[in-house]
Amino acid sequence: MSSPEQWTHPEPGVGPAATAAKPTAEQVIAGLRATSEGGPELVQLLTPEGERVPNSQWDPYVSDVTAEDLRNLYRDMVLTRRVDREANALQRQGQLGIWVPLLGQEAAQIGSGRALKPQDMAFPSYREHGVAWTRGVKPTELLGIFRGTDHGSWDPLANRFHLYTIVIGNQVLNAAGYAMGQRFEGKVGDDDGEATICYFGDGATSQGDVHEGFVWASVYDAPLVFFCQNNQWAISEPTERQSRLPLYQRARGYGFPGIRVDGNDVLATLAVSRWALDECRHGNGPVLIEAFTYRMDAHTTTDDPTRYRLSDELEAWKLKDPIERVRVHLVRHMDTENEFFDQVQDESDQLAAELREFCQNMPEPPPGRMFSEVYAEGSPVLDAQRDAYLEYAAGFDGGEH
Amino acid sequence: MAAPVMNKSAESPRTSSQTVTLGKSLNLGLRAAMEADPKVIVMGEDVGKLGGVFRITDGLQKDFGEQRVLDTPLAESGIIGTAVGLAIRGFRPVCEIQFDGFIFPAFDQIVSQVAKLRFRSQGKINLPMVIRVPFGGGIGAVEHHSESPESYFAHTAGLKVVSCSNPVDAYWMIQQAIRCDDPVLFFEPKRRYYEKAELDFDAKPEPLFASRVLRKGTHATIATYGPMVKTCLESAAAAAEEGKELEVIDLRALSPMDLTPVYDSVRRTGHLVVVSEAPGEASLSSEIAARVQQECFYSLEAPILRVTGFDAPYPPSKLEEEFLPDLDRVLDAVDRSLGW
Repeated sequence: MSSPEQWTHPEPGVGPAATAAKPTAEQVIAGLRATSEGGPELVQLLTPEGERVPNSQWDPYVSDVTAEDLRNLYRDMVLTRRVDREANALQRQGQLGIWVPLLGQEAAQIGSGRALKPQDMAFPSYREHGVAWTRGVKPTELLGIFRGTDHGSWDPLANRFHLYTIVIGNQVLNAAGYAMGQRFEGKVGDDDGEATICYFGDGATSQGDVHEGFVWASVYDAPLVFFCQNNQWAISEPTERQSRLPLYQRARGYGFPGIRVDGNDVLATLAVSRWALDECRHGNGPVLIEAFTYRMDAHTTTDDPTRYRLSDELEAWKLKDPIERVRVHLVRHMDTENEFFDQVQDESDQLAAELREFCQNMPEPPPGRMFSEVYAEGSPVLDAQRDAYLEYAAGFDGGEH
Repeated sequence: MAAPVMNKSAESPRTSSQTVTLGKSLNLGLRAAMEADPKVIVMGEDVGKLGGVFRITDGLQKDFGEQRVLDTPLAESGIIGTAVGLAIRGFRPVCEIQFDGFIFPAFDQIVSQVAKLRFRSQGKINLPMVIRVPFGGGIGAVEHHSESPESYFAHTAGLKVVSCSNPVDAYWMIQQAIRCDDPVLFFEPKRRYYEKAELDFDAKPEPLFASRVLRKGTHATIATYGPMVKTCLESAAAAAEEGKELEVIDLRALSPMDLTPVYDSVRRTGHLVVVSEAPGEASLSSEIAARVQQECFYSLEAPILRVTGFDAPYPPSKLEEEFLPDLDRVLDAVDRSLGW
């Protein structure tokens, strides 16, 4: 085992991975980062320069994508980014307590989100604003979490998009259970079958719940797509602090396919996600997708990435921007006029203005809210606390206390 | 295999009552709940073919199939975490945690998801799931098999917690817990699994979240639950021989607690002893003492006394008889209260 390539792609028969894999730190990092520059393991259909790469294996999954469809994917990404930047600004202006930026991950989220069928279910972590958009959750419905007025205001069952889960990895088990339920109800096995997709990050792959989710989904043949957005950083910790092995390769140990896709390529992400979801809805799940991408902004608005990563890295990833490559492709190869781009820009500005207007006028939740919907069948103890507190609080109304 | 006691067929009249152990009662209750609602599923380690290490789920997989009685992989967070997803999907999972001391890998899912999801969604998601936990000591087991962790869960908003103490309650309470739209931690007194009682299938059960006076008395009140109920009833019988009439209340519901019968009793007796196997510090027993002194301050003729496990890890089993409250320790506390 001398070169990173050898270690990253052990040949069958080389020996058990546990004894074969004794990589140096440099090999680990090189293996984890082996990516777009021609690596055969990374699925890419649209280069950072906006050129379409023919791929006999994956082209069939996007052969129906018209110029109009690609423009819509572009629009989704631009609007998502605009919402993200506006919300980030709203935090800076004191209108939000915190924001969790998705900058740079638009393609991973829009590509996978648009691969979902209406009957599918999605379990996000807390950065999936782009996926939320594809599930019909309004950007304004995300704001309460970050302004502190609620813990998520959309209807997770109606939108088929679960509430954000902040404890890292918890949702992976919840998604596995949901997908088991889809199978138990006989909703798996044909083109109309159901599937579930679950989002988590590179850091989450170290969590026990994610490991257990892999085990559960595999032994119960759950129709679950594990969608790992490897954005290279878990706050300040790089992926090599989470794994020796490229994350998609972990799937092999659990007995299901794993694949690494260029997470900055919306077309490739769409293709791979469609394939994975189809495998699941036909009863061949689960599948792990590692979307190789980059968190272009901070972990949250409270984070300071200059303390732990070099600006060179950021600059290098800027050249792989998920939106820019689609724009170039649309201009060069799909006869898209400036008028279209101007129109999307106007639309995004309008969306941002609406978001801002909504944010600044969000009502404070009433004090009684903290007692509400704790239990389906109530609790006399909690009810008594609520009544006592509201009576106490009412004593302050209009008086000098 | 027991007679099909819940058979709804008019042609086969069922036995209206039967002498059963507490364990068998739970088994019959689970069976009845599964027959009543096809969305009820049982999941846990060894609950299928083996019927659980205590045989509480005996025969259920054979009769209801592997998709309703799941032998799960061996990971407690996985059991609870996937049950959450199944409940979101519309199932009513009944999870078995094999032993009290093994619940902690699932603590995160229970506290972070099970307890909070309804509140987080402001009522859009219900989690009608039951987490069965055989708990308490007295069976001569190795470490982690004899613990009483109920206070952790009673402390957690969003969960409901109950404990049965006898076969009759076990049969009804497990079915009521399964029907409840809130997540319920169901603590089973494992050392009482083989206690027997006559179970009348036609009886009208008590509400789930209600405590019950099991023995009337005038001199002092004992509030207890789970495995200590039997100990306290025996203590009351012994006290009666000395002319002291103790009122024994089985709390049954641990969160929310129904303390009204305790308040009523203490207002008459003026004396309260709280008995629990769990260590006393920051526990249900301290909660009961705090609330009763607040509600019954002028009725109390002595401080509220507690008889509990000690604030030390559960000991090796050769010492558990010293650790666990017993008849003598209960009566000693009663005497101290009455002699205050």
